[in-house]
Amino acid sequence: MFYMQLSMVISRGLRNLTKNFKGRVVLGGNTTGEIIVTRQGFNVLASYFGALSTGSTICSDQNNKDLYGKDLKNKIICLPKTIGSTTGGMILQSITEKGIGPSAMLFSEHIDSLAAAGIILCDVWNDRRIIAIDQLGDEFLNCVRNGQKIHIRQDGTIIVE
Amino acid sequence: MEDYNMELTHEEKEILEGKKGEVMRKALKSVVLYGKAFGAKRLLDIDGPVHLVTSFGMVGLDTVFDMMDEIIGAGIRTKEPFTVDPRPIDYENVECNEVQKKVFGVLYSNQERYETQLKKLGIKNDNAFTCTCYMPEVGNRPEKGQIISWAESSAVVFANSVIGARTNRNSGIIELLCGIVGKVPEFGLVTDKGRRAKWVIQVKTSKLPNAQVLGSAIGMKVVEDVPYIIGLDKFLGKGMNNTTMDYLKDMGAASASNGAVGLYHVENITPEAVEEGRELLEKEYNTYVVDDNEIRNIIESYPVLWENMNARPAVCFIGCPHLSIDQIYDWSDKISSALDKKEKSKVELNTVLSAAPDVISKFRSDEKAYKKLTDMGVHLTYICPLMYMSNPECSKQPVITNSNKLRTYSKARFLLDQDVLYAIVNGDIKGAEKFD
Repeated sequence: MFYMQLSMVISRGLRNLTKNFKGRVVLGGNTTGEIIVTRQGFNVLASYFGALSTGSTICSDQNNKDLYGKDLKNKIICLPKTIGSTTGGMILQSITEKGIGPSAMLFSEHIDSLAAAGIILCDVWNDRRIIAIDQLGDEFLNCVRNGQKIHIRQDGTIIVE
Repeated sequence: MEDYNMELTHEEKEILEGKKGEVMRKALKSVVLYGKAFGAKRLLDIDGPVHLVTSFGMVGLDTVFDMMDEIIGAGIRTKEPFTVDPRPIDYENVECNEVQKKVFGVLYSNQERYETQLKKLGIKNDNAFTCTCYMPEVGNRPEKGQIISWAESSAVVFANSVIGARTNRNSGIIELLCGIVGKVPEFGLVTDKGRRAKWVIQVKTSKLPNAQVLGSAIGMKVVEDVPYIIGLDKFLGKGMNNTTMDYLKDMGAASASNGAVGLYHVENITPEAVEEGRELLEKEYNTYVVDDNEIRNIIESYPVLWENMNARPAVCFIGCPHLSIDQIYDWSDKISSALDKKEKSKVELNTVLSAAPDVISKFRSDEKAYKKLTDMGVHLTYICPLMYMSNPECSKQPVITNSNKLRTYSKARFLLDQDVLYAIVNGDIKGAEKFD
């Protein structure tokens, strides 16, 4: 009985330490990983320009104060949406096929056409999935911090540790 | 079969079941999933040629070129001959040193492979490389109401706004897959609802504002919404003519790159605004007033990314998006008059005008005009200045431009037309009047 009560207390405590969000599943899956956050639009071409030519996954977008100079390799990217050149989708496809793309993209807003194209091309043509959940809201983007661990569930639930 | 939450025809279902081959299945599945992401309930037939954004055989994009091989291997071509964005390199007309050439060689190492693929996929011809495929000389110009699948942002906004055709701001490759299956998902700018304006832009300037700055102001304010612009007809007149079209081409490209505008309406000028007027406005809309102060503030907000702010410019690019033939004549005349005033015969800067290969051919056929331009030392090329600036050996030079798109995506410094002209003739930007 004592252990049961203790277990419930711990479980409740853990729940209090985590925060859950629910978004729309664009491409679903279960994963856990480290996040990197941009609160401004994520320019795919500018961010991965170096990755195309040298394989470096250090963000090369000088206009993105949140991400410039940070390593993007296989991170879960939390973002409002992607911006920039309409080549963005195929850049995302290419770097993901190389094994250095994001493992998931969590959008606070509705997914945009560039990101949607990228994740779909990867999934259909290269059999590589970038999990994508959108419409998570501003509160989600305000809550998350670089380096935090996040659990993503098939139904679009996001658990932030 | 997977539930796409979409009304699909019998033929579409069969393709998704693989009855027309694996490649067609994947092409249609991509298009359907793309539509599903935006809540499309069905697919619409395309009734005009595709225009592709991907024109460069860039290093690192092998996945994309392998995908092209897979499509070609299945014997698939687009339903109609297509056009594509500009080529990246033209050493004959855009001077490059050996180091720059070496970097270009690596950067665009897949160019030959990709151009061969484009021929097999159904490109219109060798001259079909331009961001202004809608120019009469090029001929990929849809008609009002036609459903098309384009991706180049400046071409998308022109087709939707100036012509009244219907395309979403698609991502590269998706527009090609739509062209292959002959269908686009019904959402956004291909629907009546998606074409309604959420913003009124009131132009209250004392004279016609610079197109590139007005477009930038609008793009930054409305981002991806549709604006309804009031007050431009005071300067441009009612209805459409070539001068107005060129103005709107440049304004639209800036709104698409400084924001993500895919369609705008201009009262008494663009076709849907002429027909429907303010009925195009949503019941509730925002208002943005652009006056002389706002134009000045917008220009002053542009960061200059040069290492040395006082550097003498190395290159001047005019023509992003590509120039129309009237604009080439106009720049030639302006440069000529400015040189005459200074009693000079040649420009002081490496000055590059960029236009579609078919537009250049037409201009070159006017031998006298072509000689006048080239005798002044001005170069005429078909490249995309953005692709030139993708080369770090090129972008480290101080480059000036009158293009707000080029400014946004590179380190090029934006100057108004009159300041660009000053720099071309004097070899420096010191002394150029920022505002007139």
